[in-house]
Amino acid sequence: MEKVKCVCGHENPFGTKICGKCGRPLTEEAKAQKVLDMKYDGSAIRSKTYNKSIIDKIWNFFSSVKVGVSLIVITLIASSFGTFFPQKFNIQAATEAEKALYYEQNYGTLGKLYYELGLSDLYNSWWYQILVGLLAISIIVASLDRGIPLYKSLKNQRVKRHESFMKKQRIVAHGPVTEGDASKTLDLIAEKMSKLRYKVRRDGNALLAEKNRFARSGPYINHLGLIIFLFGLMLRFIPGFHVDEAMWIREGEIRAIPGMDGYYLENEKFILETYDNEPTRAQIEQGVSKIAKNYQSDVKLYKQPEGAVLGDTENLDLVKEYSIRVNHPLKYDGYSIYQMDYRLNEFKSMTFGLTNKQSGESLGTLTIDLTNPEKEYVLGENTKVEILNYYPDFSGLKDGIPQTASQYPNNPAFVFKMITPDKPEGEISFVSIGAAPVEAGDNEYKMTFKNVETRNVSGLAIKKDVTIPILIVGGIVFLIGLAIGSYWNHRRLWVQQLEDGTLLLAAHTNKNWFGLKKDLNVVTEYAHLPQYIDQLEENDETKREGDDVE
Amino acid sequence: MDKKKKRMVIRGLILGLLACAIIYTIYNSATKDKVEVLQDGDKAPDFELVDLEGNTHRLSDYKGQGVFLNFWGTWCEPCKKEMPALERQYQQFKDQGVQVLAVNIAQSNFEVQNYVDQLHLTFPVVIDKTKSVMQAYNVGQLPASFLIDPEGKVKRIPPGELSEQQIQTYMESIKPE
Amino acid sequence: MSLIDISSNLLLIAFFAYILGTVLIAGSIKRNDGAASRAEKWGKAGIVVAVVGFIAQLGYFITRWIYAGHAPVSNMFEFTTAFGMFLVGAFLLIYFIYRVKTLGLVALPIAILFISYATMFPTDVTPLVPSLQSHWLTLHVVTAAIGQAILAISAVAGLVYLLKEVDPKQKSKERFWLEAILYLCVVIIGFVVVTLTFRTMGYEAEFTYVDKNGMEAEIVYNMPALFGMNEYELKTDGVMEPLVELPPYINAKKLTTVVWSFIAGTILYLLYRFIVRKRICELLNPLVKKVNTNLVDEIGYRSVLIGFPVFTLGALVFAMIWAQEAWGRFWGWDPKEVWALITWLFYAAYLHLRLSKGWEGRKSAWLALIGFAIIIFNLVFVNLVIAGLHSYA
Repeated sequence: MEKVKCVCGHENPFGTKICGKCGRPLTEEAKAQKVLDMKYDGSAIRSKTYNKSIIDKIWNFFSSVKVGVSLIVITLIASSFGTFFPQKFNIQAATEAEKALYYEQNYGTLGKLYYELGLSDLYNSWWYQILVGLLAISIIVASLDRGIPLYKSLKNQRVKRHESFMKKQRIVAHGPVTEGDASKTLDLIAEKMSKLRYKVRRDGNALLAEKNRFARSGPYINHLGLIIFLFGLMLRFIPGFHVDEAMWIREGEIRAIPGMDGYYLENEKFILETYDNEPTRAQIEQGVSKIAKNYQSDVKLYKQPEGAVLGDTENLDLVKEYSIRVNHPLKYDGYSIYQMDYRLNEFKSMTFGLTNKQSGESLGTLTIDLTNPEKEYVLGENTKVEILNYYPDFSGLKDGIPQTASQYPNNPAFVFKMITPDKPEGEISFVSIGAAPVEAGDNEYKMTFKNVETRNVSGLAIKKDVTIPILIVGGIVFLIGLAIGSYWNHRRLWVQQLEDGTLLLAAHTNKNWFGLKKDLNVVTEYAHLPQYIDQLEENDETKREGDDVE
Repeated sequence: MDKKKKRMVIRGLILGLLACAIIYTIYNSATKDKVEVLQDGDKAPDFELVDLEGNTHRLSDYKGQGVFLNFWGTWCEPCKKEMPALERQYQQFKDQGVQVLAVNIAQSNFEVQNYVDQLHLTFPVVIDKTKSVMQAYNVGQLPASFLIDPEGKVKRIPPGELSEQQIQTYMESIKPE
Repeated sequence: MSLIDISSNLLLIAFFAYILGTVLIAGSIKRNDGAASRAEKWGKAGIVVAVVGFIAQLGYFITRWIYAGHAPVSNMFEFTTAFGMFLVGAFLLIYFIYRVKTLGLVALPIAILFISYATMFPTDVTPLVPSLQSHWLTLHVVTAAIGQAILAISAVAGLVYLLKEVDPKQKSKERFWLEAILYLCVVIIGFVVVTLTFRTMGYEAEFTYVDKNGMEAEIVYNMPALFGMNEYELKTDGVMEPLVELPPYINAKKLTTVVWSFIAGTILYLLYRFIVRKRICELLNPLVKKVNTNLVDEIGYRSVLIGFPVFTLGALVFAMIWAQEAWGRFWGWDPKEVWALITWLFYAAYLHLRLSKGWEGRKSAWLALIGFAIIIFNLVFVNLVIAGLHSYA
């Protein structure tokens, strides 16, 4: 059962539909066809050949185009489910419980169900990954099974084909030449077809003109590209293959860059610009008063010298100064830093005046850097203000003791000790924003709030993805394959001069019959060939639109 | 017959390889949140930070001693509860070769000094101004403690706030032989 | 006249040229019996007018680009208009390969529908937010639109194929669905009609409501409110109270528009049926009687072959490059992205079915129509209903 022997003596692999040598139909099915099924040039699809062991069965399953298309359709439908409601990773909520609540609150029972079924994180689910994996297996197996036999069969093409092969092509012609000397016909065909950039081979009274055979490799090349791409995607899941971190950095700060060991970033300035246009109708409808024009962080990138350990920021080398904007990330050493977010007007420093409550006389002002307050501020001889305690994010009292909720100066509060020539032992006052100062005893002096300076915070993302080159290669290979398979087509013309002097012609293309016919029209006229017919055309004699094209 | 076997092996290999790739990918994606965290037995990342007096402390300088590494902030309440216990145990163990290094997260000298004074802390307190050490140790919530043995390896990473009893046990465990 | 006025006028010229082109092409087919040469002239004139329209619209596109300083594909109006233009371009491309005028009979009216639909949205030039200021984005949107337009030609061919092949006198499932598609086209006309009607009436009804985050918000309806937003309160006097109140996660204003469009579309359709007493597919059937179905089938396949790589490049590859530049991740599972992927998968399935399973002719034509439906869904529904990064309007 390993081989099928054709009448011509050629041994074909089991499952071959059309003899690889002479082209005679081999199967009953092929013999019965009016026009031969020329898929894969009738070569045996490997999987169909054996169906014995379990491995063969699995292999055959994945080799089937039906299975492949089903997998595509299932993936397609599954993907659409993920767009009903937002995906989990796009929701601004800190904890899992909050996210669960989000779905219920915003989308009711359906939303709850959506969350509970795991559709809210569909694209990261195990079954979606399996689906893509099965698709990959299908692509690989089906390509191997079809590509290799097709390649062999096209490589070993004979010029001369059996009559039964030719007559069963979609486009055939049979008859005497319409004009001139029949003995020169093959030369004329060869001449014209060469001009049309066909490769012409001859064998006695037979001729084969062939063009763009490479186009047949298109599908296999694009499948290879897809596999490279999917392989790249797979690598991304391996720890260390890609960095995806975020950081908040305030103006003036120097911070170690998360995920980017040995590098430090200084945020010099964050800039937000808006357009000053008149609001458009769309803006009014959406209630947007200003449209952002630019988000920008001016930064300096530093690198630690070789051999320096963590935290050693003594001898940082400035490696790059850059303005990070949306669409213009800072790129260095394979890392990219993106402008993602911002917060405006965080308190930076506060200025207070030391004044006499009664007279209103000022003894001077002091400016406190809220991220680096000093112990005391000397205003003059015998006049100074000490900070006894500082609560950057004052959140109320607990057991009489002031508390701070975080390290950020969102709501600064101070315990001041005011030392003045009048009160050299000092007066104590607790000062916070928006509340009357709390004093120990009846003070003569008070700290009056003068003004505040603010600064902005940049939200940045740090990314590195070593799989990107693989994805790029995969993408390019895919596109090349797609272009080859779509924009070029494999065309063949077989001609045979029969004993009785008539010509038998047959032509085939994998795509674009219209283009093939154009070539045939040219050669038919030039070499005075009998008019070809398209065996799949309706036998409609009326002139139809499009038929008149040269 | 031989050819058949060869075909089986090749097909089996390809299918097996692809199946492994899928399983491996799913495994990786399921565990991706848990990677890159420092684990018991890892080498503790070396660092160099400056304390309030301006002295530089380098972790590797303490080789041969156990190091109780503690990350904290003034706003963190459990840290405040933990500190006095840590101080008492420090007094017990400092002569037995166990060092305490308290790393403050990027706060001002003033605040840290104030805190140290109020709680009468005597062990070295350093400030991680750029948060580089915090990031290298993957510190999320405060307080966070790391027990580093005399060889410079992470012995244990107890989660959250520790009781005095726990601190004592842990210090005992990193005492040099 | 300023540049933006020139631009608008060019668009208007293009719009009327497409209408005239359609009429001329239809005339050339109708008159084929008897005076063949005259019919030929009509058909040629139709194509010339379509080319003029296309050039005018290209002029609109370029002048608006110069005026705005960025490619005019940044909001719903601009993108939909551009899509109409690319559709005409794709039709002309296919026409100059295959010389089948009849396709214009479907392609041009679709372009007309697109442009009219587009003008129902705000037409002012809007400045670009930072993430949209990217050459990659321009390249992505334009290439994707061209790809979709070429793919749409396969649906045009599919429709022509089915109009000829499906017997309009014989009751069948195919006839039902074919008529349903044509009915939906009438609904789009209905949308344009109601929008224009209420706009010329100057209808406005102001509401306050509570949005899904529990915040008080305001909304203005430009059509009589059939559905009210969550906990709405009518602020304008003398206008219709909503009939039903809807929960916060449904946008009642958009639903109102949709329902009005269906009402108007249905009235128009019934009116048509009452006057003509024929299904639309029966009316159109004689116009396509003369096409070569084999050729039309091949055109359908060929336009997928030509369009698919362009679509892949524009909607997936350039999109990924842009996303990588803007956000540092080439793929974010945004609904628009997912639907681009779905479109891509669908046409991949189409190609495989055609190549290996021999799905040609009717099956292929129906698939092409479904593919176009997915493209339209992505353009209209995903933009307007499922909000994501790409929500324009």
